Amino acid sequence: MKVRQISVFMENRSGRLASVLREVARAGVNIRALSLADTSDFGILRLMVDNVDAGVKALRDSGHTVSVTEVLAVEVPDRPGGLAGILDVLSEAGLNVEYMYAFVSRATEKAMVVFRFEQPDAAIEALQKAGISLVEAETVYSL
Amino acid sequence: MFNPKEEARPVGELRRLQGERLKSLVQRAYGHVPFYRAKLDEAGVTPEDIRGIEDIVRLPFTVKTEFRDQYPFGMFAAPMKDIVRIHASSGTTGKPTVVGYTREDIDNWAECAARSLGCGGATAEDTVQVAYGYGLFTGGLGMHYGAERMGAAALPMSAGNTEKQIMLMKDFGVTILCCTPSYALQIAEVAAQMGEDLMKLPLKAGHFGAEPWTEAMRRHIEEVLPLKALDIYGLSEVAGPGVANECLEQHGLHVFEDHFYPEIIHPETGEPMPDGEKGELVFTCLTKQGVPLIRYRTRDITMLLDEGPCPCGRTSRKIARLMGRTDDMLIIRGVNVFPSQVEDVLVRIEGVHPQYLIVVDRQGNLDTMEIRVEVTEELFSDEVRGLEALRDKIHHQIKAMLNVSAKITLVEPNTIERTLGKAKRVQDLRKLT
Repeated sequence: MKVRQISVFMENRSGRLASVLREVARAGVNIRALSLADTSDFGILRLMVDNVDAGVKALRDSGHTVSVTEVLAVEVPDRPGGLAGILDVLSEAGLNVEYMYAFVSRATEKAMVVFRFEQPDAAIEALQKAGISLVEAETVYSL
Repeated sequence: MFNPKEEARPVGELRRLQGERLKSLVQRAYGHVPFYRAKLDEAGVTPEDIRGIEDIVRLPFTVKTEFRDQYPFGMFAAPMKDIVRIHASSGTTGKPTVVGYTREDIDNWAECAARSLGCGGATAEDTVQVAYGYGLFTGGLGMHYGAERMGAAALPMSAGNTEKQIMLMKDFGVTILCCTPSYALQIAEVAAQMGEDLMKLPLKAGHFGAEPWTEAMRRHIEEVLPLKALDIYGLSEVAGPGVANECLEQHGLHVFEDHFYPEIIHPETGEPMPDGEKGELVFTCLTKQGVPLIRYRTRDITMLLDEGPCPCGRTSRKIARLMGRTDDMLIIRGVNVFPSQVEDVLVRIEGVHPQYLIVVDRQGNLDTMEIRVEVTEELFSDEVRGLEALRDKIHHQIKAMLNVSAKITLVEPNTIERTLGKAKRVQDLRKLT
């Protein structure tokens, strides 16, 4: 259920994102989805890739600060209110979303939303109870 | 001159007085402070060996770390019943150096601070605005007692609240200003923003110290404030402000050497340097009762001026404006900061040894300190608020430990320049020397 995501620390100055992506590319790692959280001084790049371990190794070896975090990927019904329904479930369960980002899968042509929770197990339980399908990790890596 | 009898004492007589005082100082220190007894014994010197001021070179030096190792009261020669005041200065590892004053010490210090004000022409008619910090730091209380001793009116403003400083300076007809040179410029700048013309005020002298400054800053201050900008020197281990002050000649600081005996030594060999040559300034506190100080190495670099008698009539020797430090101490907005203190704070935060760089600059008239910290995986959080919490925590602890506000910038690993594997810790962009 849980999908492994790579997070990279970056200073907020020109060329930093390009440098990170170059290392990932050089290792032959393909990016499935990404999001960038930024402040005036620094940013955190979050990456979904096809080969997490190879991506982490490439970034660490090139001197970047990296961590691997576990997130959940949820398929969102392609209709108005689709995402709102999911957030209602989370809210009723008292679960706080640390951050989230969305992407569209070319293979399934479905919208997917990545969630980071403080308590992922409780989130899995709440979502499954509400009949919302979570995307398997392998599916995300091989999108 | 506040005290012409002392300040214009013939040099031969001054040397004899210094010799007498040195003898009694060494006896006091040897008799009451185990630290000095052990040092003198080790150096093979007895109090009887000291017969005149020229024998001072036989005595061992005292350094800041020794002072600090005696924390809190190991350097005290007087019993607590005779101590009436305690001040402390920032230390390199969080433990300050502690100085106790007897009533006589406070009297002597007030006398020297009054002489300092007299160097700028102060009389009992004056109103002295003391905008140095009051507290453990000696600046505020030192000048306050000096103003009162002079018979002038002391205005105990402490530092900060600049608009009120300007209002009272104007409404009270302040004639003498005591603060850091950068704060003097800050006052002028804020006054300009408020539309106040300070050049019309009856100010006549400013006693500026507690941080390094330059001739260029003096000219700048004198362009924006209608006063003679004078350099004042002091340090808490020796007394506080009023160890030395420039007279209106504005050429070197008169050392009140009947109380504070100055020497210049080679920082590496410890050998005395001839007058007119640069070296480390060393002080012996000839009259101190609370904490007698023998040949204390200040780590400040300056020289004893090699010139004839000063036209002002004072017979004491003069030191040049400070030219730097023998250690890595930074003075930021009047506060002493050692890079090792910053390191201590960082290590304590997550138990890691991150690479860091302290960048000091002067924006407008105020010193700024930025600390760049490389984010290691131990420190990294993949959430923005986690990193912001880390940054705020460092900021808060630096402020608590050092009493200086620093901008904390989180940077990527390996972005701080390393020379031969050793990281450079400080970048000072202020160009003060």
